[in-house]
Amino acid sequence: MSVKPDMPGWKDIPRGGLILEAGNAFQYRTGDWRSRRPVWQKDRCKQCLLCWIFCPDGAVKVEEGRVVGFDYDHCKGCGICATECPPAASAIEMVPESEFAK
Amino acid sequence: MTIKALSGNEAVAQAMRQIDPVVVAAYPITPQTEIVQLFSGFVSDGLVRTEFVPVESEHSALSAVVGAAVAGVRAMTATSSNGLALMYEVLHIAAGLRLPIVMPVVTRALSAPINIHCDHSDVMGARDSGWIILFSENAQEAYDNVLQAVRIGEHADVRLPVMVALDGFVLSHGVERVSLLEDAAVEAFIGEYQPTVDVLGDEPVTVGALALQDSFFEFRRQMAEGLYHAPRVIEEVGREFEGISGRPYGLVEAYRTEDARAVLVALGSTAGSAKEAVDLAREEGLRVGLVKVRAIRPFPAAALRELLGGCEVVGVLDRSLDYSGQGGALYTEVKAALHPLEGRPRARGFVYGLGGREIGMEDLVGLMRELVPSGADVTYLGVRE
Repeated sequence: MSVKPDMPGWKDIPRGGLILEAGNAFQYRTGDWRSRRPVWQKDRCKQCLLCWIFCPDGAVKVEEGRVVGFDYDHCKGCGICATECPPAASAIEMVPESEFAK
Repeated sequence: MTIKALSGNEAVAQAMRQIDPVVVAAYPITPQTEIVQLFSGFVSDGLVRTEFVPVESEHSALSAVVGAAVAGVRAMTATSSNGLALMYEVLHIAAGLRLPIVMPVVTRALSAPINIHCDHSDVMGARDSGWIILFSENAQEAYDNVLQAVRIGEHADVRLPVMVALDGFVLSHGVERVSLLEDAAVEAFIGEYQPTVDVLGDEPVTVGALALQDSFFEFRRQMAEGLYHAPRVIEEVGREFEGISGRPYGLVEAYRTEDARAVLVALGSTAGSAKEAVDLAREEGLRVGLVKVRAIRPFPAAALRELLGGCEVVGVLDRSLDYSGQGGALYTEVKAALHPLEGRPRARGFVYGLGGREIGMEDLVGLMRELVPSGADVTYLGVRE
């Protein structure tokens, strides 16, 4: 996990690890926990939405009832989406993050 | 002001009655039992408004108190020895959540072998849990410390829990003359509780959330800052308390140290005996003095450097062993405090009184007689060879 330079210092955060706003999990970017990235192949996708149902984080982006990709700020790379994607479609490929760093 | 003949436990229970916490959760353990017994009596007699939670263990006691504090109220417990050890996990949670819980700890040896009598191994084992720790010389100080602990822990610059140590049996069961403040004076001194977290309030708040590599360190740095402010606050609160009680309090207390060649450093009830021993040794012409350490967390290193810097030898009395092979905890910390001084005094450690073994006036005077000439680095005072 990386320490981002824009994160506030110890003088500027609530004491005792308190979180003072509701519904702020979205602001906490957990995407850099990921070691493998799900890559969605639009042409193979049958829009069954199984990936969206099984994603434990809500990181499958859906617009107007159709999958449109992944929220990489929050996807932790568990690969459940790729496992649940029906074999006939196999529209999600798990690719090591190192491939993207090249 | 009322003068009464009270044991240390009775004095602490009276302080708790006057503080009137909204929640007390406690589990009885010798030699603290009487505090819980007396306080539950105050609850059933309607002398306090406290919700008393009789829990099934000390881990639960402090957990319930943490829950109450998170709900925005003043909450207390009390324990001893193995009970404090069972609280160990929750000690760090109380401090990490910055909850100003006050907890009297009646010091007692840790098992095994089982022993119910006084030493400081319980408190010393918890000394780096983020709590402020005050030691008491007598029942009066135990009472006074509990009242001041409320103000110290709740101070806006501190916001940390506070342990008040009193020596098992020596102070907890010994009956002394204790001056109690009027209830109204205590109420005015401690003031209304100002919560910094209230999970039952209107504003949403998450308590105990995960903090990982990117933020945990910052929360620990904040905690350290609270402890760094504590010495000033302990002294400020001590001065204010002197104003209403006539009894002065600081981080340390110096006794006849001005021209002393050798100075003893001691905690708790032994500091009281050592004052008498200093007087006897001075009658023999020995230039000796005593420094009583009241606050061991945060450790008053600067105050000790000032008081001990000019003497030739410092003798540190430890009622616990830290198994570092360097004596006891107080000894190693006094040595660390003196280290920055050029021409610092020689330090010697004396481990005594484990499991309640008595330390007599002859032991203390004898120790001072040979303190200046020479001696071993660490001495086990009163152990059978």
